[in-house]
Amino acid sequence: MNNLTDSNWVLSLGTFLPLLGAVVIMFFTSKDDDQTPKVIGIVTAAATLAVGVYTLIQFDYDQADRLQFFVDAEWIEVISSGYTIGLDGISLPLYFLSMVVTLLVMIYTWDNMPDAGNPKAFYSLMLILQTGMAGSFIAQDLILFFVFFEVVLLPMYFMIGVWGGEQRKYASLKFFLYTMFGSAFMLVAFLALFFQAGDAAGGVESFGFAHLYEFGALIDRDVQVWIFAGMFLGFAVKVPMFPFHTWLPDAHTQAPTQGSVILAAILLKLGTYGFVRIALPMLPKGAEAWAPVIGILAVIGIIYGALGCLAQTDMKRLIAFSSVAHMGYVMLGISTLTEFGINAALYGMVAHGLITGMLFFVAGSVKHRYHTLEIKRLSGMLLQMPKMGWILGFAAMASLGLPGLAGFWGEFPAILSAYNPNEALSEELFRVLMVVAAVGTVLAAAYLLWLYQRTAFGEPGDEFKGQSEVEQGKHEGLAHSLSSAANDHGDHEVIKDVQRTEWIAWTPFLIAIVVFGVYPQLMFQVLDPAVTALVETINAGIKLP
Amino acid sequence: MLAAEVSNEVQGALELTSGFFLENLWLAALIPAIGFALILFFGKKMPNGGSEFGLASMAASLVVTSGAAWQWLARVDSGKEKGEEAFGLLQTFGRSVPRAAEGGEVKPYIEPVITEWVWWQNSGLEFGIGSFADGLSVLLLWLVAFISLLVQIFSLDYVRGDRRYTQFFAALTLFSSGMLVMVMAGNMVQLILGWEIMGLCSFMLIGHWWEDKYNSHSALKAFFTVRVGDIGLLVGTAVIYFASADWIAENLPGQSGFDITAIQAWALSGDSSASGAAIIVGASALFIACIGKSGQFPLHTWLPDAMAGPTPVSSLLHSSTMVVAGVFLVSRIYPVFWEAFNIANGGLSFIAVIGAITIVAAALLAFVQDDIKKVLAYSTVSQLGYMMLGLGTGAWLPAVFHVFTHAFFKCCLFLCAGSISHSGSHHSFDMKKDMGGLRKHMPVTFGAWIVSSLALTGMIPFAGFWSKDEIVDNVGNNGYTFLMWVGLFGALLTAMYMTRATYLTFFGEPRGAAAGIHHDDDHGFATEFHETILHAEDIDRELVTAGAPAKSLSAAAAHSEDHHDDDGHDDHHGDHGDHGPHESGKLITVPIVILAFLALTSGFANPTPLVHPFGVAGESVERIKTYVEPRAVPVDIEVVGGVSHADDHGDDHGDDHSEEALAPASVDQLSLVGNGVLAADAEGEDGKKEGCGFTTPAEGSVCFFPAVSHAVPTYGKIALALIIVLVGYALAGAFCVAYYGRKDERLVGLTERNAVARGGYLFLKNKYYLDILYERFIVRFVAHPLSKAAYWVNQNVLDGTVNKVGETSKNTGTWIYNNIDQKVVDGAVNGSGTVASETGHGLQSTQSGKVNQYGALIFGAAAVGAIVLVILNVN
Repeated sequence: MNNLTDSNWVLSLGTFLPLLGAVVIMFFTSKDDDQTPKVIGIVTAAATLAVGVYTLIQFDYDQADRLQFFVDAEWIEVISSGYTIGLDGISLPLYFLSMVVTLLVMIYTWDNMPDAGNPKAFYSLMLILQTGMAGSFIAQDLILFFVFFEVVLLPMYFMIGVWGGEQRKYASLKFFLYTMFGSAFMLVAFLALFFQAGDAAGGVESFGFAHLYEFGALIDRDVQVWIFAGMFLGFAVKVPMFPFHTWLPDAHTQAPTQGSVILAAILLKLGTYGFVRIALPMLPKGAEAWAPVIGILAVIGIIYGALGCLAQTDMKRLIAFSSVAHMGYVMLGISTLTEFGINAALYGMVAHGLITGMLFFVAGSVKHRYHTLEIKRLSGMLLQMPKMGWILGFAAMASLGLPGLAGFWGEFPAILSAYNPNEALSEELFRVLMVVAAVGTVLAAAYLLWLYQRTAFGEPGDEFKGQSEVEQGKHEGLAHSLSSAANDHGDHEVIKDVQRTEWIAWTPFLIAIVVFGVYPQLMFQVLDPAVTALVETINAGIKLP
Repeated sequence: MLAAEVSNEVQGALELTSGFFLENLWLAALIPAIGFALILFFGKKMPNGGSEFGLASMAASLVVTSGAAWQWLARVDSGKEKGEEAFGLLQTFGRSVPRAAEGGEVKPYIEPVITEWVWWQNSGLEFGIGSFADGLSVLLLWLVAFISLLVQIFSLDYVRGDRRYTQFFAALTLFSSGMLVMVMAGNMVQLILGWEIMGLCSFMLIGHWWEDKYNSHSALKAFFTVRVGDIGLLVGTAVIYFASADWIAENLPGQSGFDITAIQAWALSGDSSASGAAIIVGASALFIACIGKSGQFPLHTWLPDAMAGPTPVSSLLHSSTMVVAGVFLVSRIYPVFWEAFNIANGGLSFIAVIGAITIVAAALLAFVQDDIKKVLAYSTVSQLGYMMLGLGTGAWLPAVFHVFTHAFFKCCLFLCAGSISHSGSHHSFDMKKDMGGLRKHMPVTFGAWIVSSLALTGMIPFAGFWSKDEIVDNVGNNGYTFLMWVGLFGALLTAMYMTRATYLTFFGEPRGAAAGIHHDDDHGFATEFHETILHAEDIDRELVTAGAPAKSLSAAAAHSEDHHDDDGHDDHHGDHGDHGPHESGKLITVPIVILAFLALTSGFANPTPLVHPFGVAGESVERIKTYVEPRAVPVDIEVVGGVSHADDHGDDHGDDHSEEALAPASVDQLSLVGNGVLAADAEGEDGKKEGCGFTTPAEGSVCFFPAVSHAVPTYGKIALALIIVLVGYALAGAFCVAYYGRKDERLVGLTERNAVARGGYLFLKNKYYLDILYERFIVRFVAHPLSKAAYWVNQNVLDGTVNKVGETSKNTGTWIYNNIDQKVVDGAVNGSGTVASETGHGLQSTQSGKVNQYGALIFGAAAVGAIVLVILNVN
């Protein structure tokens, strides 16, 4: 494969700059100083994003199907693993998204530090996390990918375990162990693939993606199916796919807002990205054998996740369950093994990241103000916090796949693609899956609008009535609102509408949801060539005798 | 950024004219979209709360659509003038047709004007967004822009002082933009975009006063019910896209299975892909979406509840424009339905059956409504049934014409209802409690109401007569005799329920608010949140208020002084000092009068009976037929498909048709010109129908519209229809006077004495129990037991397993550590033992041993991996 190696320092810089920031925070700030770590963190993330923007500008969009900024250096020679990195149309959006999300989450944290405090540790962890996420999307070598993939785990484990809710210990451990369980199988599968592809290549062994794309397909079908099974477990836990999803609601519910946002926006995508980048093209026949299973589980996830949402009484847990349903659409698209489906899946990944990230932000801010997320107790949010209520409505509409907003472009083509899956797959099965997935859109509307009706519409409940800034009148001055709050409600603080840091952190999300909804070509033109090349690889592999 | 890719409009020798507005029709939708954004961001700061942006953008949109309409007329005329000259002998289906000068009629296909940009791409194909101008889209675009503007003017006064005035105009403007986007869609995805934006606006506007739970519930119900239908939209679009993909790739390169013209051409191509199960499934699925959106039976139940929104919303969205989206979709890709349901050969289509059921089912429900808006809502449902009936039986033209006329008179009726509640009945819509005798107080509203009612009931010469009777006539003409009688029966019912509503509102003694008495319970529906089943014993209470004169409610008058409940119901405004009924102000009456005028005259856009049998005008008065109905003529593929592989087809053409010998050079000429052909009603010598939609178009040419036939009205049929309407007036009038007016003893209490009457009344009053079925059974089942069960499985089975595994491994680890590691091995580090024990430790305490645990797991994984590798390598 012909790779572009111009300005190849960009990716390494973009990936490891956050690590540098983390080191600076860890060794050069004092634990009592709350501001400096925040400043260093945000500056580092901003600098990283600047590198990301530079990458975006330097990227050659006419050749989005080729790896760009390609580096292939020696790394661990003894196991034939190299420091091979590169970026193509498939990874570019996710790579960039991870940078944007990290910066915005850090800005949000400026005023919304979780209760446990200690910004020094929190900001360093977020920066380490960023390195892991970005690294996973640029790695072109299995061992390198695995290292980055695992690097992500620890910071998130600590974020949930230290800054999380009441059951944080249970949730963080479950998250950690469950993912490790999957990773173990994944690693085994990687090793098996390495040796088998080495045999197929006549003794030339490498963990490089390009090598495995070429020779992985030559492995016997039966062996491919087994190796795919290992990868499937690893990635399916991460996605998470039904029935490996049970860590997700706990992790999301217990994680601090920042953790939930990053988890939803980027971490889950590592699983789906792994399928697209690694499992499908390296093991085409394995993918063909597993595709019906993935498709069925994906569609079960759509319906099941939606039903789970309907049963929730907690707003954040409901949003967490909706991720199971939404990732079901992504996996359905992937399981069709067609350009149409995989394009939709990749679009859906970014869209879900933006939309669900936004929903978690809102949930976090609601929790911050009301100290509860119990749907029963929240009511009339539109009266108490009109702007927040509108943002929630907007995000809910985006989440249910309204055309004109980003979510539609992941959902609609994914459903569409199931009508016409890869030639090697059963049309009948996938057409049934299409109809069931379409029913899922109704359920999505049901749980999201029901949530909206119960929390935003109506009058505020007695518990919180009269405590918001809006109700108390904007012009009456702080003194009055404080005194009335003190008189009427004792120690309750005034419920304020969206604050400045929230606006700064959220506006890019809101704009991106609209822009990617109105003009999807912006991203499809980057994805499509790369996906077309990828599907060619898969098809060629399936057709091998 | 947006690379303008204006479609290469092939005009060739035909030289159809175009123009700025036709080519830039997208402005009509973009301007309101910008207006919406301006209202959203700056509306609150404006002196009139942002309504000025809404009005200005709708006015601009009306200018664009009017310009486009004008240029479309010119375009069609240019085809008439130049088309004929451009042809020598025209050919179709292998036989030649004489040119106009020789007694034949030449009506060339008028190509739509398409302007498109790349919107998204997938699997190497690019899909567009832009505008698509043909007769149908231009007609409806103008209609939507016009009605939207009038309703916004009406709203200026009507919702003045509302707490969410700005949001109201924002949503109204966004709605117009969405509808315009849908109508001008050249492809299915853009159509879905507009379709769903309208759904969103409908949700926002029905739930405009969301403090009241009934309103938010109605909003949810509307969105949700339509969404159920939308499953069909997604599925149908997918099916059609893939079913047509191969044919389109081969014959119309550069187009896709989303493009409207490509779908039309594919459906009529006679290709095997367009006659199998796929097209039937696709068409049925799409029609299910139309059932949801256009309120057809049995998904009509959301529409009456949608009346919880402010009256301008009911008028604009839920009667004249948005709800015809389903009708529009069917007429837009009509060839698909034509082929799928075999309408060509008189097949009894799904569409016609649903339409016919809807006409009668909804009209019957209109009889038992007390809320004036609900009468009109059911009437809308019923009229939409007529449109669907027409489309389902091949009466495309009358159905589209009825969309046009219905918009004016139904919008007018709703605005009249709004005017009554605004100035006549003190924000109440209850005809029995708060109306009666209003004709004296509100002469303008009364006049407009009467004109529009006459139009709705189909009285000559009002608009409905020309369109509705045409539908019924054509249904019969196309061989559906039974359905024709259903249509006529529907007309009888329409005449009757409108007479009842008119009597209760404008005649008889004033009651309640109309008599100057106000009572708190004036919303009627505020208490009706839960779908309750009405039982026989409730009937008495139901009916007793009907004829109750003002005095019997005088007790309620006690509340009247402090009535100003501030929950913003409908048109509340602060300075409403006068409590007695009076005529509304200019901003309200002017739109009403304009619409009433159109209710009177719009039928003359296509007055077919004037041609036959009256014979007072030539065929040129059938303007909708001339300018809107697409010409059912085959067109050379090169003309529509661009220039690619023109040579291949040119050759095929020559081989296939002996007529080619007449003019060898005409192969090229034809490919430039397009095949203009004979009049639409092609009937061969043997009486068998020919033409597009009946016979396969010749190789290398495609059809975009089937050769639908048109009925020729006769005196007998017209007289029959009018007599039925008059009988309806008379029967209902007599009943109203006897029952509501004089309280005739034979009628009062009939439902108590007669079991059949009681049963029927309850059946209707409970809306066929459909709401009960949906809400009490289906929705409640999914929302409660089913989701609870799924969640129980999640927590106890799936998560239970996970926890059990964790616990077991912890116990195993502890056991191994205690019994093997410590006792047997005694201190020696055993790899797998460490794994298990560390895992166990990890579960016990989270704060210690994390890194160890991590390492141990990796180690364990590698151990397992080694085993698996051995197995694999053995294979």
